[in-house]
Amino acid sequence: MKTIIFIIQKEFKQIFRDKNMLRLIFILPILQLLILSNAATFDVKNINITIVDNDQSPRSRELIQSFRASTYFKMTAPFFSEKEAIEEMQKGNTSIIINIPVHFNRDMQKEQKTNISVIINAIDAATAGVENVYVSQIINNYNKNIQTQSKSFSNTTEIAENILVIPSFWYNKTLNYKTFMVPGILVLLVTMLTLFLSSMNIVKEKELGTLEQINVTPIKKHQFIIGKLFPFWILGLVILTVGLLIAKLVFDVPMLGNILVVYLFTAVYLLLVLGIGLFISNHTNTQQQAMFIAWFFMVIFILMSGLFTPIESMPIWAQNVTLINPIRYFVEVMRMVMLKGSGFFDIVPQFAIISGYAILMNGLAVWSYKKTN
Amino acid sequence: MEKEKIIAVKNLTKKFGDFAAVDDISFDVYKGEIFGFLGANGAGKTTAMKMLIGISSPTTGDATVAGFDLHSQSEMVKKNIGYMSQKFSMYDDLTVKENIIFFGGIYGLSRAKIKTKIASLVKELQIEDIINSLVGSLPLGWKQKLSFSVALLHDPQIVFLDEPTGGVDPITRRQFWEMIYTQAFKGTTIFVTTHYMDEAEYCDRVSIMVAGKIEALDTPKKLKEQFKVDSMNDVFLKLARNIE
Repeated sequence: MKTIIFIIQKEFKQIFRDKNMLRLIFILPILQLLILSNAATFDVKNINITIVDNDQSPRSRELIQSFRASTYFKMTAPFFSEKEAIEEMQKGNTSIIINIPVHFNRDMQKEQKTNISVIINAIDAATAGVENVYVSQIINNYNKNIQTQSKSFSNTTEIAENILVIPSFWYNKTLNYKTFMVPGILVLLVTMLTLFLSSMNIVKEKELGTLEQINVTPIKKHQFIIGKLFPFWILGLVILTVGLLIAKLVFDVPMLGNILVVYLFTAVYLLLVLGIGLFISNHTNTQQQAMFIAWFFMVIFILMSGLFTPIESMPIWAQNVTLINPIRYFVEVMRMVMLKGSGFFDIVPQFAIISGYAILMNGLAVWSYKKTN
Repeated sequence: MEKEKIIAVKNLTKKFGDFAAVDDISFDVYKGEIFGFLGANGAGKTTAMKMLIGISSPTTGDATVAGFDLHSQSEMVKKNIGYMSQKFSMYDDLTVKENIIFFGGIYGLSRAKIKTKIASLVKELQIEDIINSLVGSLPLGWKQKLSFSVALLHDPQIVFLDEPTGGVDPITRRQFWEMIYTQAFKGTTIFVTTHYMDEAEYCDRVSIMVAGKIEALDTPKKLKEQFKVDSMNDVFLKLARNIE
């Protein structure tokens, strides 16, 4: 125990001595959290829409007005032929073209029924889907009897006339993407920082030759490893705290559940990440190699975490791969506790998996750390 | 006079694949002597030394160091030896004092003991003005002296020095050897590798490794007689040339 304290003391001294590093450790994650949380939004807003009004009637103007009133759309200059409008889409200046046919006014009055053509740029299929829903909703609200013909999809969207759907969004009532993203991004930052720092820490001593000096002392493997990793465990919890404060103060992300559950989970989670970092450290000889491997895993972990793309929409094999992704569980738990108010019993499955995983990785790491070659 | 063996090496071999870096060497080192461990680059000195200090495990062969078996009691061996590597492995971003506290600490010295050690080192080496300087800011000569002192913090029976005086001027080297003599006089066994043949003359006994084997082992005086030359330099050249 005494020996461990000597190591911890030395590690903290080295961390605090390097003022530049210290600044990076704290300022970079904060900046990332502030920037990414605002940028990584899936809100579909400010959609450029072009309306070709072939009718120029009171009713067509009414319909245009209801698009204008929507906060989702930004009206481009009007065009008078679909061809011109399509050219505009080719140039990338508009995403949606709505073609109001001649006799729109007359057909609405006489036959109570008409068609409107809607062309949506569907290069980004997900966005196009959302836009299609928005357009349909606005047209529907204007008049239930208008059939939209969506040309971006092979099937025409049939609008059921007699069913009124009232969506009710739970857990994130205002559909605020920041609420959804901030806890997830915070998870990434905590993970990245602790993984990189821990994987480079021991390999750095290898490079300097100080590890050899330590290996000729009678120090026990576990003493050295605990002493080495403990400072980064503390650092991870500090970063989490700073991030949670920013989430609350800057982004007003709700904290419905018990914050202690988050800390309990993070405490175990960090052990796992540090174990992975140490494992990488043991199997590399230079900081470059360690960084490269840490990045390799980090990119996979991030993209397969369910943070940016829902796990449910991945192919089955990929879904299975996410099962060994620690970030996946951390993201789930953060969202559950912060946004749904889940308690400890709700996160027991994730907690059990992460605990087992932590034991496995640290076991492997201690086993592969060799004082003698 | 009956001499007490402090290192006994028997048929020690280290192979990397088919290549034997250390090829079946046997020798003894006696308590309190300065033992010079010479050899050309790549002759296997460092590999042999790394086995003796317990950071590299022998492929075959046995050794006892400070009375403990290298295989079964390697942690006891480590308690009783000090090691100073070519890289003077102190932390550049810690002060001299912090380094001493850290290494003293991991050798299991108490805080009080470390404190008295620091006080006596400050007095012996006259380092009052640099005790709180970062090690990285010190000249090489100081780093070497300090690494030597740090290797001795836990009063080991044997201290292993791996090319301790590389890259410094003759005066600094001379001062370093004075420290070695002082320590040897106190009864510590010194096991030192070097490329400087004048340093070899300072040793009580010298072994010369060529291509993984020990080709000569005796006092510098007897070696010179044996090879009929005037200096260790010539002994070394003659040996290396003969083998080729």
